[in-house]
Amino acid sequence: MARIIAGIGTSHVPAIGVAMDKGLTATPYWDPLFKGYGPARDWLAGHKPDVAIIVYNDHASAFSLELIPTFLIGVADEFPIADEGFGPRPVPVVKGHPELAWHMAESLILNEFDMTIANEMPVDHGLTVPLSVTCGQPQEWPFPVIPLCVNVVQYPPPTGARCFKLGRAIRNAVESFDEDLKVVIYGTGGMSHQLQGERAGLINREFDTAFLNRLTSDPQALSRLPHTEYMREAGSEGVELVMWHVMRGALGDHVREVYRHYHVPASNTAAAIIVLENRSAA
Amino acid sequence: MTQQRDYESIPGTYVYDSVRGRIGYHLNMFCMSLNKAENRAKFKADPEKYLDAFKLTAEQRRAVLARDWLGMLKVGGNIYYTIKIAFCDGLTFQDVAGMMSGVPKETYAEMMLAGGRSPRGNRYKDRPDI
Repeated sequence: MARIIAGIGTSHVPAIGVAMDKGLTATPYWDPLFKGYGPARDWLAGHKPDVAIIVYNDHASAFSLELIPTFLIGVADEFPIADEGFGPRPVPVVKGHPELAWHMAESLILNEFDMTIANEMPVDHGLTVPLSVTCGQPQEWPFPVIPLCVNVVQYPPPTGARCFKLGRAIRNAVESFDEDLKVVIYGTGGMSHQLQGERAGLINREFDTAFLNRLTSDPQALSRLPHTEYMREAGSEGVELVMWHVMRGALGDHVREVYRHYHVPASNTAAAIIVLENRSAA
Repeated sequence: MTQQRDYESIPGTYVYDSVRGRIGYHLNMFCMSLNKAENRAKFKADPEKYLDAFKLTAEQRRAVLARDWLGMLKVGGNIYYTIKIAFCDGLTFQDVAGMMSGVPKETYAEMMLAGGRSPRGNRYKDRPDI
């Protein structure tokens, strides 16, 4: 049986990817952020997952406003790196896990989550930056990845509560897969940030800290936070945090926080990483 | 039932909802075309001619050509799309964020290094006290 051993919450700021791609991680600006990724990388390398599910949003790369899937799962053998307007990131192609991905697609749809299925899809910084910060710069990514996209660009995104329930359904899907696989699930985006308007640059450390705390202590109530509260308190783009509820919902009731790091600023954003080990019996 | 757009009470924020989506679709789809290197080259070579292929309003066209980043948001631009014009110009998200908030680049960068814009006074249009 496959099982989800842990969840990772992480920001996916494009500038973090650029800093890695251009070799700037040891500069005074970036060093405090990148030092903070070390223990999460060590944890991941030590636990050697067989596959990762990465919950992220596409930023006008694979999908435009022409077609806006609320929830989508990628079932391809591999996913090329998208050109987001400044050329593709120089990172390895992302290999998929079609067997588990198709199993999840079937299980989720039959459990009333009406997923869009993608057989071909480039992936952008929303997915590759979380891989980069947790895996470094290898020649090949250390595990196959199942991309799970959530719309957060066209309002309204799915509610946090719906995302949490999708996480639960993902857990059921994974646990009904026959092969013994260790799975890690990433929830990405956030934390507080606003990229647009006169209010650009908003950061709310207090909100972010409470959010990180409640992922362990009070996740279900946390998932019921309304969109306007995210936008008002954590910036218009802070609403990306709904994607973390998919990750948290996939872990079951009991988790242990093994690591967190929080840093301001990464460009316009409060960047965090948190590692939650799943302590819930399968 | 009409949606209650309570987020409209947030200052300096343009939520890309159905109202803005209906206004901004063609503007944003023009931006989307800049994901292709050959289109970026064409746009840079002759912006006016390149824009002729898209159904932009006069104000959308003006805002694009003038690089009026805030103006683009006001006529339906979505920041994840309009930023592609900035990438074409060699600008970063932080450059554009500074321009939208109306301060010099250095002032904006200093604000971010000092912990970012405080939510206090920035939560409600009519409540600068909280």
